[in-house]
Amino acid sequence: MIEVRNLCKSFGDVEVLQDINACFAKGKVSQIIGKSGSGKSVLAKCVIGLYAPTSGEVLYDGKSFQSMEKEEVRQLRQEIGMLFQSSALFDSLTVLENVMFPLRMFATMNERQMRERADFCLKRVKIEGADAKYPAEISGGMQKRVGIARAIAMNPKYLFVDEPNSGLDPQTSIVIDNLIQEITDEFNTTTVVITHDMNSVMGIADEIFFISQHRLMWKGTREELLRSDNAELNAFIFAGSLMRQVKQAMKEG
Amino acid sequence: MALLFHIGRYFMLLGEVFSKPERLKVYWRRTLEEMDLLGVKSLGIVALLSLFMGAVIAIQTKTNIDSPLIPAYVVGFTVRQSTILEFSPTIISLILAGKVGSTIAAEIGSMRVREQIDALDIMGVNSAGYLILPKIVACALINPFLIMISMFLSIFGGWMAGTLTGIISSANYIQGVQYDFDAYIVTYSLIKTVVFAVIIASISAYQGYYTTGGTREVGISSTKAVVYSDVVILIANYLLTQLLLL
Ligand SMILES: Nc1ncnc2c1ncn2[C@@H]1O[C@H](COP(=O)(O)OP(=O)(O)OP(=O)(O)O)[C@@H](O)[C@H]1O
Ligand SMILES: [Mg+2]
Repeated sequence: MIEVRNLCKSFGDVEVLQDINACFAKGKVSQIIGKSGSGKSVLAKCVIGLYAPTSGEVLYDGKSFQSMEKEEVRQLRQEIGMLFQSSALFDSLTVLENVMFPLRMFATMNERQMRERADFCLKRVKIEGADAKYPAEISGGMQKRVGIARAIAMNPKYLFVDEPNSGLDPQTSIVIDNLIQEITDEFNTTTVVITHDMNSVMGIADEIFFISQHRLMWKGTREELLRSDNAELNAFIFAGSLMRQVKQAMKEG
Repeated sequence: MALLFHIGRYFMLLGEVFSKPERLKVYWRRTLEEMDLLGVKSLGIVALLSLFMGAVIAIQTKTNIDSPLIPAYVVGFTVRQSTILEFSPTIISLILAGKVGSTIAAEIGSMRVREQIDALDIMGVNSAGYLILPKIVACALINPFLIMISMFLSIFGGWMAGTLTGIISSANYIQGVQYDFDAYIVTYSLIKTVVFAVIIASISAYQGYYTTGGTREVGISSTKAVVYSDVVILIANYLLTQLLLL
């Protein structure tokens, strides 16, 4: 479980996040939604400690990240898997080497076991036959999926994925959503997904966090989301025609 | 103030770099790759420069001291001394700062702006150690070889120019090269080389590692890497010369 307490973050004078309080539960998929530029990625980066919060703290299973020693942070991070919005694959390594990288650094496996594990992870994100390619030689959506494969290679306790679906076709999108769901159930992971994709929200979100105007504007479950009367949240989620139809259908019973 | 900030942060980064590697095997493999990229691939330019530099020193020495009072072997002697003392260790290191330093800063800098260093950090990898240590070790190991090759080729270049133009006989040149030889100058020169190698790799890596922004900033870091490496090499050269030769 990850707890965010009174987290604020500004860059210079620019305030991005204000007094965020949230709890990402173990074995659940928590999704962070919000407009582009609302601070979702910044929030994720504060939670994993890439940005130091201006104030507030983040607790991993009750232990404050901000008070951890460097070595403790490294230990903890070996249990974190993260997909960056930009994928952040190592471009001097092949697809296969990228996925094997965390294993090479930390796992007690021989070469063959590492390969098998990497192959397995790549299969789960539906990447086949691209092992020897470099990140620059595959599409953006494929990079995303390789990024996910790398993030899950070590069976992380905490999984962060920043826009796993952007750039993916609807079919592959669902595959990725299901994968995130399965991993969360199977390994009881604390999963945090950042997304704009309402399909993904309605598909797998256990709890939803809506960021707007620098604040955590709303949180709740999928059912609560559809029934919410928060005007801003409604404006956000019902912007797409599909969601409007859902709402309409609900009204008509 | 800014200078103090950079010096402080530079040494803190070095502290990270020299902390215990996660996997020695992985680091060693990276070091070998870097030796190839940063060392072996610089061989061509080093060889070319050295040959021509030696040739020019030989011809200039001859034309500047053309006097019956000065023995002919002085040309070989001068080429040897200036090559071993300064040209190979210092000038070639400055050239390498341009080539190797900009490569290092650009590579690490673009990894920084493309979140790849964040990705390393988030896996729990010591990103500074993983990225920078192999480069420093690689340069410190391979540059002495480059410089020895440079010394040889520069002296050889002087011989070629001298004999081909007929300004000095082969025997006289070789006599000069062997005249009053003190092996300590080679030791001195190689000590300098290793220090310069560490300066180039670490300063350039520092510039790359703390790049913020986008591709434009990567370019700026890369330029700074070369300029600062050069300045620090010149200062270190002066200090080492005073320390080792006086
Ligand atoms: N390193 C930084 N320095 C200064 N400002 C930043 C930095 N990173 C992000 N910001 C600012 O913080 C705000 C939120 O950015 P963030 O990347 O979190 O948005 P987001 O919600 O993830 O958007 P998107 O959905 O487009 O990815 C933006 O206004 C951005 O300008
Ligand atoms: Mg984002």
